Amino acid sequence: MAEETRLLKGNEAIAHAAIRYGADGYFGYPITPQSEIMETLMDEQPWETTGMVVLQAESEVAAINMVYGGAGCGKKCMTSSSSPGISLKQEGISYLAGTELPALIVNVMRGGPGLGTIQPGQADYFQAVKGGGHGDYRVLTLAPASAQEMADHVALGFDLAFKYRNPAMILADGLIGQLMEKVTLAPQKPRRTEAEIRKECPWAALGKPADRAPNIHTSLELDPTVCEQHNLRFQAKYKAAEENEQRYEELCCEDAEYLIVAFGAAARISQKVVETARKEGVKVGLFRPITLWPYPITRLNTYKNKVKGILTVELNAGQMIEDVKLAVECKVPVAFCGRMGGSIPTPQEVYDALKELSLRV
Amino acid sequence: MENIKKSENIVFEKPRLINDTPMHYCPGCTHGVAHNLIASVIDEMGLAETTIGIAPVGCAVFAYKYVDIDWIEAAHGRAPAVATAVKRLSPDKMVFTYQGDGDLAAIGTAETIHACNRGENIAIIYINNAIYGMTGGQMSPTTIVDMKTATCPYGRNVALNGYPLKITDILVPLEGTCLVTRESAHTVAAIKRTKKMIRKAFENSLAGKGTSIVEIVSTCTAGWKMTADQANKWMVENLFPAYPPGTLKDI
Repeated sequence: MAEETRLLKGNEAIAHAAIRYGADGYFGYPITPQSEIMETLMDEQPWETTGMVVLQAESEVAAINMVYGGAGCGKKCMTSSSSPGISLKQEGISYLAGTELPALIVNVMRGGPGLGTIQPGQADYFQAVKGGGHGDYRVLTLAPASAQEMADHVALGFDLAFKYRNPAMILADGLIGQLMEKVTLAPQKPRRTEAEIRKECPWAALGKPADRAPNIHTSLELDPTVCEQHNLRFQAKYKAAEENEQRYEELCCEDAEYLIVAFGAAARISQKVVETARKEGVKVGLFRPITLWPYPITRLNTYKNKVKGILTVELNAGQMIEDVKLAVECKVPVAFCGRMGGSIPTPQEVYDALKELSLRV
Repeated sequence: MENIKKSENIVFEKPRLINDTPMHYCPGCTHGVAHNLIASVIDEMGLAETTIGIAPVGCAVFAYKYVDIDWIEAAHGRAPAVATAVKRLSPDKMVFTYQGDGDLAAIGTAETIHACNRGENIAIIYINNAIYGMTGGQMSPTTIVDMKTATCPYGRNVALNGYPLKITDILVPLEGTCLVTRESAHTVAAIKRTKKMIRKAFENSLAGKGTSIVEIVSTCTAGWKMTADQANKWMVENLFPAYPPGTLKDI
C-alpha cells in the first residue's frame, strides 16, 4: 500500500496506521467511543495481507494480557479501550512496565467516574501520567489533537515503546476518536521477520537456541535489594525519557501576553479562542503538550517570566493544571476552565475565562 | 564408582532441561515431578528451542527458574490469555501454560474457559492440590467439603463457601478442547501415564487440534500439614473421590 490521503475518523485512522506500521497484533474488547478501531481492523482483515493478528478478547483484562504475551516475544502489539476498560487494564500495564516490555495502549477517553458517559472526557489524565496501576512506573503518554495525529502517534508510540522498552499510551478523547478529517496514511511497512526480531530484540522469548541463556520475562523479585536495583534502572530510564522526549506544539506564542495550555479536544477548542482573541487584539497563544508524560516542562518553564497569566483548559475538574503550575514554578497566575462528565466547553466559555483571568492579573 | 556411571548402568537421570538451581518446592510436593515430566517431554520431542512456557502466580511462579526454556511469567490467572497471543503470533512454536487451582479455577476462570472455547492450540498443565500453597494454605476453589485450610479453619462449609469447583469437567463440553484428562503423580504407573498425556497434549498443540488440558491431582505437604507419604494416602482417599483420575475427553 502506497501513501494515501483519506477522510477518516480518528479511531479508523488508528486502525489503518497500525496495519501500515507493520504491527504484529491487536487485542481488544468493544467499548464506546472507540469500537471503530477493532471494527476497522476486522473489516480490513490484515491477517490476509501483512499477517497481523487481530483478536476480540473476552475482556479488557484478557486483551492487555494478550498484549503482554505478544510483547514478551518482541512483537509489536497493541490494545485499545475507553476509560472504564482502561481501568481494567491497569494491572497489565503495571506488569508491562515491571517486565520492561514495549506495547501500545490507546485510551479514547469518555466522561467518568464509573460507567460515566459515552461522551468525550479527559478525566483519565492523572491515571495515565501519574501511574494508574501499582508500583513506581511511568507510561510514555501521547495526546493527539487530530485524526492525522491519531495515525501518526501509532508509529511514534510504538517507536518510543521499543526505544525505552516501556508501555506507551495514546491518550485521546471521544471527540478526537469520532472526529472525521483528512488523514494521510504512511506507506505500508513490512512486519519484521522472526530473525529480525531476534536481532533487534535479543530479549524476546521466541524459543531458546542452544547458545544462549533462557529469556525469562518476570516482574517478581523477592530480594528487596535486587528489586530496588530494578527500580533504580527503571527510574534512570524515565529520567532519560524526560530529558529526550518532551514534545509540544505552539500557536501564536512568540508575542503572547497570555497562554492557553490544552491538549486533545480542549486544544482544538482553544485554537478557535486564540483566533477570536487575536482578532480582538488580545495577545494570546496556545501551548499544546503532545507528550503528557514526559510533560514538556522545559519549554513551558520559559514562559514563567514572559506571560501575564496562563489558562489551562481541560475536559475534567482540573488535572493537568497541576503539572502546568509545577512547570512554571507557580511564578505566574494559572487559572482553569473545564467541563466534566462528557460536556465540552464552548470557545465562548473559554474566552470568558481568559478575560476573567486578564482582569485578575 | 566409574562402573556405575557407565551409560548402560544408568536407570534414572535428571532431565537435560532441568538445570541445577535448587528447587524451592517442599519435600513430597508434586510440582517437582510435574516439572521433570514436562522437561522430559519437551526434550524427547525435540522442542527445547521452540517451546515457550507461561508460568503462573502461586508456588509454580518460579517454574521458569528450573526448566531451561524461554518463559513468560503471567499475572495471576492470565496465563491462557498470554499463551493465546504467544501462540497466535508464532503458530510454529509449542506454547504451554502451567497453572495451579487458585490461578486457573478462581481468578483465571474466564481466561481458562475462553481460551479453551476458542480452541487455542496450547497445552494447559493444571496442578490441582485443592489449596493456595504459596500464600500459606488458604481455601481454593477446589478445596473439598470439610477440608480444613487457613481461611476455612473449621473445614469447607458449603453454606458459607459453596462447592468445590470441578473445572476440568466444565471444559469437556467446550468444542475447542480436544484432550481433557485428569491424572496424578503418586505412583510410578501414574507418573508414566501422566507423562504420556503431557506428550499427547503437546502433540495435539503442534497438530493444531485445539486446547489440551492435563489436570494433575497433586499434594501440598506444607499446606495440608502432612508428610509426603501421608499426603499421597490422603490424596487417594479424599481428593480422588472428588476428582477421579481418568480421561474425560480425547478426540
